[in-house]
Amino acid sequence: MVDPKLVDVAVIGGGPAGLAAAAEAKGAGADRVVMIERDERVGGILPQQIHDGFGTKVFKEALTGPEYSAIYEARVNERGVETWLKTTVTGLSRDRVLTVRSDRGVQTIKAGAVILAMGCRERTRGAIGTAGTRPAGVYTAGAVQYYMNVSNLAVGRKVVILGSGDIGLIMARRMTLEGAEVVCVAEILPQPSGIAGNIVRCLEDFNIPLYLSTTVVEIHGKERVTGVTLAEVGPRMGEKKGTRRFIECDTLLLSVGLIPETELANDLGLLMSPATNGAIVDESFHTSAPGIFSCGNVLQVHDVVDYATLEAEKTGIAAAKWAMTGKLPDSKINITAGAGLRYVLPATISGEDAIDFTTRPWEEEHDKSIVFKSGGEVLRRLKMPHMEPAGMIRVRVGKGRFRHVANNEITVEVED
Amino acid sequence: MSGKFDVAIVGGGVVGCAIARELSRYQLKVAVLERAADVARGTSGKNSGVVHTGINVPADSVKGKYNVAGAQFFEQYCADLDVPFDRCGKVIVALGESELPDLEALKAKGEAIGVQQLEIIDRDTLKKMEPNIEGAGALNVPTAAIACPYTLNIALAESAAAGGVEFMLNTPVLDISGEQDSFEIKTPNGTVSASLIVNSAGLFADKVARMVGVTRWRIWPCRGEYLILDRSKGDMINSMVYPVPPKGGAGLGIHITPTTDGNIILGPSADYTNDGDDVRTTAKVRRQLLAEATEFLPVISPRDVITAYSGMRPKLVPSSVGGFGDFVVAEVPEAPGVMQLVGIESPGLTAAPAIAEEVSKWVRERLPVKKNPDFKKTWSSVRRTREEELGVIDELVAEDPGYGEIMCRCEMITRREIIDSINNELNATSVNAIKYRSRATMGRCQGGFCGPRIVDLLIKHGGAPESLTLNGGGSWMFMGSTEDLRAERKAERARAK
Repeated sequence: MVDPKLVDVAVIGGGPAGLAAAAEAKGAGADRVVMIERDERVGGILPQQIHDGFGTKVFKEALTGPEYSAIYEARVNERGVETWLKTTVTGLSRDRVLTVRSDRGVQTIKAGAVILAMGCRERTRGAIGTAGTRPAGVYTAGAVQYYMNVSNLAVGRKVVILGSGDIGLIMARRMTLEGAEVVCVAEILPQPSGIAGNIVRCLEDFNIPLYLSTTVVEIHGKERVTGVTLAEVGPRMGEKKGTRRFIECDTLLLSVGLIPETELANDLGLLMSPATNGAIVDESFHTSAPGIFSCGNVLQVHDVVDYATLEAEKTGIAAAKWAMTGKLPDSKINITAGAGLRYVLPATISGEDAIDFTTRPWEEEHDKSIVFKSGGEVLRRLKMPHMEPAGMIRVRVGKGRFRHVANNEITVEVED
Repeated sequence: MSGKFDVAIVGGGVVGCAIARELSRYQLKVAVLERAADVARGTSGKNSGVVHTGINVPADSVKGKYNVAGAQFFEQYCADLDVPFDRCGKVIVALGESELPDLEALKAKGEAIGVQQLEIIDRDTLKKMEPNIEGAGALNVPTAAIACPYTLNIALAESAAAGGVEFMLNTPVLDISGEQDSFEIKTPNGTVSASLIVNSAGLFADKVARMVGVTRWRIWPCRGEYLILDRSKGDMINSMVYPVPPKGGAGLGIHITPTTDGNIILGPSADYTNDGDDVRTTAKVRRQLLAEATEFLPVISPRDVITAYSGMRPKLVPSSVGGFGDFVVAEVPEAPGVMQLVGIESPGLTAAPAIAEEVSKWVRERLPVKKNPDFKKTWSSVRRTREEELGVIDELVAEDPGYGEIMCRCEMITRREIIDSINNELNATSVNAIKYRSRATMGRCQGGFCGPRIVDLLIKHGGAPESLTLNGGGSWMFMGSTEDLRAERKAERARAK
């Protein structure tokens, strides 16, 4: 091992967030930017997402995952970001020393600023505790997407999908187009987890039934999956008696949620949010550890990649500023999620700039408002014709609104 | 595959493979017939991995004899075979004051069989040793240890194979005819001839015994479910935490056991079943395991669980009787030339090395032997790198860059370790064969990221996609390429027209 490599900004993860953060850190003047990716290519899961619909917010056109990824890959290369592929960060300290391992051996990097952009992993059968046998044929949706779209492998003929997350919905369509029969999609919640557009484009257009408040209670088959038992669940997720039914299939595909890959952050002892399972950040996406930033799906699970990109670009600029000047706006105003909202990010702001807040409601709501309040006064009220837990809500609040903040406290809540 | 062997071992569990290794010390023709696609796929691969001291077994029993003998040289045994071993100790915890007398009784029982350093500790001492554990007191058993059960089973098999033992995987025994010196063992892949037979068929040892005319045993499979917790929660306990054994129970009670990889496992339950292959997991037991383990270790959260699995005990006593039967380690008059190893449930892992020595002696009394110059005194299945110092990793990477590329991030397993697992001594080709040798896919993401990349490597190393299985047999991973599936559908539509 040689002396640590000195860089201004180190970005951990080369998915959509890492790419955008690295490109903008470099664009904002950071001299030495290194982006570390464990896979043999950048883009995260974009290269396996061959459907279109990416980029409608950023580029005003629908691109495929590989196309969207290629734009940012070209950008980091043009701007001179150093990309380390097939490299895993095995350690990160609060003084921003990274230990990395690759086919070059073990190296250390001392960074002025570190951006955590590790993304998510998929929740598994074991994590949700699905009972039954342990045969071949139980896959997570993302793994199947890789098998089908990258390795050209057909995972099965007759498929049940558990969970109506967006990747699962996309895979329902994809597998149908590739000749498999998708018997049904079961969702334990009373509403879909994926966005409404995907329910129409991926299920309804192909006559694939979606069973809400329904889950898989048992997996059958000793060698390969031979079927699953579905059952309806009540409002508290308990199984409803007498609703069991056997569905024959050879494949169970799981799309039951994403878990931020926060292990490196946990080791640092960062302040974490129990609502997002990501770090708590201020308006610069700065975590509780000086010089360590977080963005993308490891911070909060996004519904659309464009917003992860936009969030990461701001993070890259802030991290570059920190690395070069050691200064960022003083975020002294606390933001609290009130009635009806699971969380609001950022958790603190300076009040000196306009802020794009992100939040998610606990439940589906119609004709309500999201209200920003401080000291009993309404700073901003936004009419929301429709809100659902599957859709992230973004609210821009101009800096003028923050003039009337009392006691450095703002509460955000849902009102009639 | 037909051939004439000196010894045919039926069953590639830890007992069968320990015997195979022991016999590989000599110039003998030995075959191991295993019905699964790999060794360690039954009871031996799915248990608590505990190296028992002998405290729970009667001093005058067969299992007591082999348990105590096996425990004595288990640590060296693991060292020779590069198998993770940790003398982490055990506390048997009295939840309430009323269980304290049971601890005294256990201590007396343990001392009778010769277990050293037993000590009753009070609530405060327990709290100092195990700050997260709740209990009124405990019996401290510092000599108890853990080992990685499947790594041991695989290392035994591979070292034996490297020493000349022939392993026949995917080879269930259908019937046995003939007699000592000329047994004929029928399998779907042909007939195997052998002079002597070792019945180490575990859950199916009663069926194999019946094939040679011995009808006196019946195996009562008893399922034990486990939950495995994320490695990041591994430091909640320092030693194994056991309850006072339930009286007349089929197991030792739900315990909290560290693994040599830094996880914690909760279990096992005890549920009799008619089918030794019925290793399902259930929602009911999941709740039970969490509830019972939480009594001792309140900080456990259901979110810490990364997966569930079941093992199966080959019990010689039915649920109506309860408790434990003794091991059978004997040649019986109805079937000369067959060593019967029946009812080897807990502490079978600990006892395996000593049983193997006994069986080796039995073979050598019947067949003339010479030393085998190819015997592998030491063995390492896969060079593990996770716990290595950074400097050592640099040296390894200089030798092969594959040691630097981490494919399974959760468990920190490199490409080289996966390739070593693919090129295994037994030619086991299933996806789980890679998993149990390398540990890849055993972590919190359960192969979500590395699974597809391991499949890519398997295909690159010559596995046709449609022949890849999770576990051999009909556990196919893929039905072929996406083109194959589209063609199949097209043909179907054409037929419909």
